[in-house]
Amino acid sequence: MTDASLAGLSGAVLHDEIVPARAPWRHRVNAGETLRIVDLEGNQAVDFLMYAAADDAERYSAQDTIAAQANIFLRTGTRLLSSEGRAMMTIIASAVDYHDTIGGACSCESNTLRYGHHTKAQHACVDNFLDANLRDGRGKRDMVSNINFFMNVPVEADGALGIVDGISAPGLTVDLKADMDVIVVVSNCPQINNPCNGFNPTRVRMIVSA
Amino acid sequence: MTVPGAALADPNAARDHARAQEGTIADAMPILPPVADDLPAGITADDLLWEETIAPGGYATRRLPRGSRTRLIDIEGDACASILVFNAEMPTERLNVADTVKIQWNGYLGAGKLLLSDMGRVLMSFEADSAGTHDAFCGASNAASNARTYGEGGNWSAFPNARDRLLLGAAKHGLGRRDVHPCVNLFKGVRIVQGGGTLLDTGPFAPGRAVTLRAEMDVILVIANCPHVLDRRPWSVGKLRATAWRGAIAGADDAIRNATPEGRRAFANVDDLYRR
Repeated sequence: MTDASLAGLSGAVLHDEIVPARAPWRHRVNAGETLRIVDLEGNQAVDFLMYAAADDAERYSAQDTIAAQANIFLRTGTRLLSSEGRAMMTIIASAVDYHDTIGGACSCESNTLRYGHHTKAQHACVDNFLDANLRDGRGKRDMVSNINFFMNVPVEADGALGIVDGISAPGLTVDLKADMDVIVVVSNCPQINNPCNGFNPTRVRMIVSA
Repeated sequence: MTVPGAALADPNAARDHARAQEGTIADAMPILPPVADDLPAGITADDLLWEETIAPGGYATRRLPRGSRTRLIDIEGDACASILVFNAEMPTERLNVADTVKIQWNGYLGAGKLLLSDMGRVLMSFEADSAGTHDAFCGASNAASNARTYGEGGNWSAFPNARDRLLLGAAKHGLGRRDVHPCVNLFKGVRIVQGGGTLLDTGPFAPGRAVTLRAEMDVILVIANCPHVLDRRPWSVGKLRATAWRGAIAGADDAIRNATPEGRRAFANVDDLYRR
């Protein structure tokens, strides 16, 4: 039986892992390797940060990435830049029109503002990012604006913005080719108070090939 | 100023030469003690905390107490104030630009808006704003972007970049590269157009536009005044003036505190932190 999630990937599969719903994930992707993220069940936000493996004070910069392409949406061809303005990864294919990088990650603390203090105890992406980063010696200072693959945050003419219904679907993928050796840190978003996960967090698949 | 080297060959001559500089007035400098003749009604000279003019391409930083107001004036209509804000007591808590726009359901900053931390609290609020052109999307220029635009971009060059300016300002408080996060740019505006494009507004703007930020916590404010990262004009940035004075913290009936349910909870979280 053909594995549709592997379609179009060139080279050997170096790593293939299912990230459970609500869980963190951390993995090194070396220059030249491709990371494919598969939205297995559809409309699952994949919160994504990365750090230069050689110097993790250099990390993904949403604002540098936006400024360099003069556009807030991440699409096929977008170079994901670091805080030093260097290319870390490039989106070489995307089955979804665009991805978000202005909406940030949900946290226990921001949940108290967005929904109320009754949500403080719920699991959140920032806690996943911390959980993963702390294992490498990174901490709260290392948490910057992230990417949200498969998440839809439009901005209206008057500046109104918000997380709205997703534009992804089961089995859709995004492929990222590493321009440098990076440590990828992911939170498979556990949010249940907005449409970013269709109110139902689900698993995703991570495939590294080269 | 031409000084023959031989005249300063002994320490006393060098001392006299250095001391003779006292009283020199430069275009960009702090005034100590602070003096300002244009304070709002009801604010006295005794309330003044800070008066400084920040050079084009320069930076400044200050620890500011809860309740204080910081007024930034775009003196010539061409300043670009990139700012970072930290909780002065625990600088791992800092401005979170993503939360700032997401929680307020809007990406455009202006009067009444909040600058939110990553801990669900409001660091500073926009008490007044006569500019209306700001940017929460594009962030700071960096050494590479300035090198592309101007040929060089280091702190030592004629065209310093905003990120390295913020880095120096943050470093004066013991902070480092891991602490220079996304920033917001005041006075140069970015709007999002159909399809997600970022549209920069560089004016020309009238001189004297002002933003007054109210500190809602004890904060460290870091300001860089460099051309906006999307600015494609030949190097162009104007002087920026910062004036700060003591003030009352936001009361229970404060209009900014009560403007939105999200903001009300952000102020409640600040009150909770200072419940000690």
